[in-house]
Amino acid sequence: MKYKANIGSVFSEMRILYHQGKQYIPDVTTVEVPGIFRGRPVIKTAAAAGAGADEDIRFLPDLCPTGAIDLEPLRIDLGKCIFCGDCERACPSRIKFTKDYKIFSATRNGLIIREGEDQKMTIKADEVRKEIRKYFGTSLKLRQVSAAGDNSCEWELNASGNVNFDMGRFGIEFVASPRHANGIVVTGPISQNMAEPLQICYDAIPDPKIIILAGTDAISGGIFAGSPAIDRSFLNKYQVDLYLAGNPTHPLTIINGILALTRGN
Amino acid sequence: MTNALEIKNNQRVQLKDIPVLPYEEFLELNTNLTKDFYFHCVNYFAWPQGNQLRLFCCIADDTTGHILLSSSVVAHDNSREYPSFSAKNLAFHVFEREIHENTGLKYSDHPWLKPVRYPVNRADRNSDISNYPFYQIESEELHEVGVGPIHAGIIEPGHFRFICNGEQILHLEIQLGYQHRGVEQLFLTPKNLLQRTVLAESIAGDTVIGHTTAFAGLWESLCDFTPGEDILHARTIASELERVAIHTGDLSAICADIAYQLGNSVFGRLRTPVINTFQKWCGCRLAKGLIRVGKNQYPVTPYMVDSLTQLFDEYEPDTYEMYDRMKTLPSVLARLERTGIVTHEQAERIGCVGMTARASGLIRDIRWTHPYLIYGQIPHQPIVKHHGDVYSRTQIRRHEISQSIRYIRDLIANVPAEGNGNPELSSPQPDSFVISLTEGWRGEICHCAITNDTGELALYKVKDPSLHNWLALALAVRNNDISDFPICNKSFNLSYCGNDL
Repeated sequence: MKYKANIGSVFSEMRILYHQGKQYIPDVTTVEVPGIFRGRPVIKTAAAAGAGADEDIRFLPDLCPTGAIDLEPLRIDLGKCIFCGDCERACPSRIKFTKDYKIFSATRNGLIIREGEDQKMTIKADEVRKEIRKYFGTSLKLRQVSAAGDNSCEWELNASGNVNFDMGRFGIEFVASPRHANGIVVTGPISQNMAEPLQICYDAIPDPKIIILAGTDAISGGIFAGSPAIDRSFLNKYQVDLYLAGNPTHPLTIINGILALTRGN
Repeated sequence: MTNALEIKNNQRVQLKDIPVLPYEEFLELNTNLTKDFYFHCVNYFAWPQGNQLRLFCCIADDTTGHILLSSSVVAHDNSREYPSFSAKNLAFHVFEREIHENTGLKYSDHPWLKPVRYPVNRADRNSDISNYPFYQIESEELHEVGVGPIHAGIIEPGHFRFICNGEQILHLEIQLGYQHRGVEQLFLTPKNLLQRTVLAESIAGDTVIGHTTAFAGLWESLCDFTPGEDILHARTIASELERVAIHTGDLSAICADIAYQLGNSVFGRLRTPVINTFQKWCGCRLAKGLIRVGKNQYPVTPYMVDSLTQLFDEYEPDTYEMYDRMKTLPSVLARLERTGIVTHEQAERIGCVGMTARASGLIRDIRWTHPYLIYGQIPHQPIVKHHGDVYSRTQIRRHEISQSIRYIRDLIANVPAEGNGNPELSSPQPDSFVISLTEGWRGEICHCAITNDTGELALYKVKDPSLHNWLALALAVRNNDISDFPICNKSFNLSYCGNDL
């Protein structure tokens, strides 16, 4: 009887595996996101917008909840944008969010999308410190620090390693100790109460090391920018190597961003 | 019968109608009310006004669906100490700790007057998060283990201090506050409605629907706006879908913490299509942008009805098959059963809410007792387990998943037409008080607001269910092996940022 039960158990486990089908995304650099996705925006110039071009856009900076929109030229700062899509709804002839999830940059200014631009966001070799691609081009271990993150970017960083997105296939993984890490991924606007633990964690990572900011809150403070409870002085001290836009950052943005930084686009 | 004002969930009342009682009477009233477990405190907070503090206490009456509201005015000058509610009923402990921390109000007999979150505007600026007054035991046979604030996985920060006897936990103290962003204060600084909505979405990014629904209900009540059937319908579907998504993720995480790889992978991948359905609906996997005050920004279209139907047709057999397999494995059950027990008596005494309470046989479910959205029309029966262990909290998730899916399937069979009777949103009414309760996947979420004489927000209070339940985790791990702490922690899955605000 016991022997029989064991055989049965193997089969039920295999049946479950079989029922899952193929879950991994074969090519995470080209797959399309299902449904609506607000990725890299494309802003048309007034001339290119044609018939609807006389639409008034002066109200847009005030409409944006995080002050991500500026005029002359009309531009959106993806480091501040929370991707609510209200500007697109208010001004559809000029602003359109595309499904391009490759929204990252090695420089802060690289996150600003101006009218008339419609180019893929890339990371150029001269924007990357030399040691990064040399040492981390085939394997990268990261330590994650949630510095007052709201647990949305944290969920998506976790999801990057699940069986669907499987970031581990590239040798990119999150590790439990800063001593085992090649860099730090910060989420959240960085609260005063997390400023010291973040610094201690960063100091514990051996050189050479990188800093990645994931999500709008980390990049600019997002909706918390200006709160007296946050302390972003850590970011004034070090060069940030990679900005991953999104609120929260999508796993495909995370994976493609890290690949672009460490291996080229 | 009482001196308290009886109000309903999401009912606007005039500030002047809220009774102001002498402190002793205020204390007697609220501590007597909560002697019966059908009554529990959903929020208790202080509103500083010059050199006075006005204390507001909101007690939920589970038998009638009322909320009993009372207040008291005390001096805000450190001139005297007040007897605490907590000495009579421990469930008030965290509210009084918060009042003390924020305003400096002194209590003469509070049993555990520890810091809650080290907020930026705390009364005692000399207190510092790096110098928390931990409970200590002098003994050569015991040792302390400190964990955090940064943890080994991708998880929010908090510090756990264990006092252990060998491998066994004698005592755990949980220190929070690392996530404090000043949310309540940010609601007050001049902001437009969209900014406040985005703020509500960011209170806890894993409970976007729960908190934003509470905010939207509150704001609409402040403006005397009656949302149309289509708005309420869509929000109800979203609430239940969020429950399914997070519960699935939790089942995956529970499997991970007992090294059951198959369950971890299968539940992990099953969560993906659920949150991708939010993506199809509103463009965000965690549903940011879905709930907007006074409108139905993303209606439940026939495409969404098809998407949800297809999702559940594929999700249900795989999920139940995996769960049924998991619960037959002795190696799984040995880790879950009789681990991390919160007894019914403890749950009631410390005022647990939500899933944590229901796993210990304490029925606390706002959908049932204080219905909002269209829960009044759903014959909702809370799912209750009685052992209070990790396995009970696991079972609750499994059964709430199928219950939520049943509700959603019923709801999408009959979607109301769009935009019927949704008027323009006006501005908030002056001198008003509103309380808004929702049942997020963790449990009861409470938002309270007070407006001044021009209709501007004068006070905004947020309470995440985690505020009640963190103490339950600390009690649950006593006499457990320290190696079982991760699985205990995961079985509660409490919010750090929801607590720290």
